[in-house]
Amino acid sequence: MGIIPLVAFALERGGTIWPDAYVWRVTRFTLLQAAISTVLSLLPAIPIARALARRQFWGRGFLLSLFAVPQSLPVIVAVFGLTALYGTAGIFGGWFNLYGITGIILAHVFFNLPLATRLCVEALAAAPAENHRLAAQLGFSDSATFWNVDWPALKPVLPRIAALIFLLCAGSFIIVLIFGGPAATTLEVAIYQSLRMDFDVTRALTLSLVQVLLSVAMVLMAARMLVAPTTQTILRLGQRRFDGQSLIAKLTDLMAIVAAAFLVLPVLAAIVVQGVTNINFDSALFRAFTTSISLAALSCGITMPVAWGLGRAQTTLPKFRTALIALGLAGLIVPPAVIATGWFLAFRNINSFAVTVVLIASLNALMALPFVLTILTPAQERNAMQHDRLCQQLNLNGWHRLRLIDIPAMRGPLSQALLIAFVLSMGDLTAVTLLGSQGLLTLPSLVQQQMGHYQSTAAGGTALVLALLCFGLSMLAQRLARWT
Amino acid sequence: MDMIGISNGVYEWKGFRLAMDFAVTKASITAVLGPSGAGKSTLLNIIAGFENLNAGRMTLDGADHTSTSPAQRPVSLVFQDNNTFAHMTARDNVGLGISPSLRLDAARWATVDNALSNVGIAHLALRKPGDMSGGERQRIALARVLVRQKPILLLDEAFAALGPSLRVEMLQLVKSLKAEQSLTLLMVTHQLEDAEAIADHVMFVSDGVVHAPQTIREFRNSKDAAIRNYQR
Repeated sequence: MGIIPLVAFALERGGTIWPDAYVWRVTRFTLLQAAISTVLSLLPAIPIARALARRQFWGRGFLLSLFAVPQSLPVIVAVFGLTALYGTAGIFGGWFNLYGITGIILAHVFFNLPLATRLCVEALAAAPAENHRLAAQLGFSDSATFWNVDWPALKPVLPRIAALIFLLCAGSFIIVLIFGGPAATTLEVAIYQSLRMDFDVTRALTLSLVQVLLSVAMVLMAARMLVAPTTQTILRLGQRRFDGQSLIAKLTDLMAIVAAAFLVLPVLAAIVVQGVTNINFDSALFRAFTTSISLAALSCGITMPVAWGLGRAQTTLPKFRTALIALGLAGLIVPPAVIATGWFLAFRNINSFAVTVVLIASLNALMALPFVLTILTPAQERNAMQHDRLCQQLNLNGWHRLRLIDIPAMRGPLSQALLIAFVLSMGDLTAVTLLGSQGLLTLPSLVQQQMGHYQSTAAGGTALVLALLCFGLSMLAQRLARWT
Repeated sequence: MDMIGISNGVYEWKGFRLAMDFAVTKASITAVLGPSGAGKSTLLNIIAGFENLNAGRMTLDGADHTSTSPAQRPVSLVFQDNNTFAHMTARDNVGLGISPSLRLDAARWATVDNALSNVGIAHLALRKPGDMSGGERQRIALARVLVRQKPILLLDEAFAALGPSLRVEMLQLVKSLKAEQSLTLLMVTHQLEDAEAIADHVMFVSDGVVHAPQTIREFRNSKDAAIRNYQR
């Protein structure tokens, strides 16, 4: 939907659209930082996951739950935590320069290494228990166990995890906007700056077209690998394994686990410590809270019916299944900045607060859609298999079917999907930044504003409130998933 | 009088082909027998309207129903599983058979309660299917059949998951319900003794053909190689 005004504008301007040296530099940097972030998130995840899979130790479950936290943490909150630790005025300030490619990659690894680790632990746990027994019986060395038991279980999921992380990092916006600079900027941020800071529509268009071509190319390469991540926190207890008994193995596992804990734990601790004494229930916080809640509710009101329709259509129109899946992933495939540029151009003559709000909620809805669909569609398919024929026979359809059958029967997945969409919208700063106007202050944009104005104590309080809201609702979503 | 009639019917799906031309008389009980995968369930799905014939015509209760929607057909189909909605009480599950919006007046609810006691689960009216046994769940389905008052009842291995003595009990229940509403009954089963317990006719399905109904005796003494092979 954002593409149409873009293309119209591009055609209008015809020849002037051509990538110059700046565009190439930005493109190169986008790919480079995404590649480094992916490698640094994925490679360490393998030994960490193996350590977690083959060790039973006190705090293992806690560590695994801890690794689930970054996923539900709003980006701006993590940015605040990292700044509080490693920023110029931070506790460990001066170790390295957080601003530039280092900070971008560190933030990406903070979000994606725990995700990669959890997905790898799940994959390792899926290896047949008989294989481990056989490996022990045959006296396999640790490396033989790895290559013959662990690797076959990991191999099919690694490309999928890599593709997902690469895509997330290539489209990363807030992290690059805050930690990046003129030398370290990505297409997403460059589009935004050309349009909103420099008012250079032609350049924004050129960058958008490059970004779209790039995204399409990446998706074509990774089409089969691309699945929105599962949001499952419950991990099976590690199965009984027999490898890793040597001293060296024990030491490497210890190092892997300690290193992983040191990536995640201090940032979370900083958020809590900096925030807990600084929560200031003033009118700004209250106003931002109300705005965020309303925007998130509106976004849910858009994304839920769309997700429902898309999921249902997959059952009723099996011919268009692939197209429908692609449509649902549009939020992952077409970058938000591109869509926002299109909308910005289409609505540039309408200066209305209401339109701005609806556009922000719509963009949030589009970004939440892939995650909502991964929860809702399988549940809808199960529901269809169980109930479709009976409902047809009883002439039970439309509103009555929704009210009497579908909603009560699927209340678990429905409420989980609703809460996930709500959390994603509430924690999101991208849409507000891309489309927002002066008067619109949400919780994430309040954190950003307070950080920018050197009110880091106040920012800490706001960040903690936001983090607790998102984390609490995510936990609730996990609970409700099992509600039948 | 014929209750179910299919003339020159052909159903095709992905290389599977089922041909049929038969009539089932009113108020009869017909067992549908045949090897696995022959198309017995497909036949019931065609009659109930979940599948449509690619060629031929079908009449039900004297009216053309070749391509009507499932809800329009004078048919109730009871599956082996998933006949109930797990989040609803037994009473609501049956009530759906009267009104899909579940807006029933007192008299209609009395009909529902009557049906529940007819199938012997009046005391379970307010329980949900999840707290019931497999047999009790199928009784809910039968109570719904009663309140729907459709003249044709199809059973698709409805009692296959139940133990032998319970199965006999359920078949006797079906037989008495059939007598009460003079239903025309078609039942897919894998047990020949089920057929013999209550059916008066047999329809044999094999090798892509639905054979016209024959009496149990004719079926037993058939010279047809496929039928002899099946009975062995």
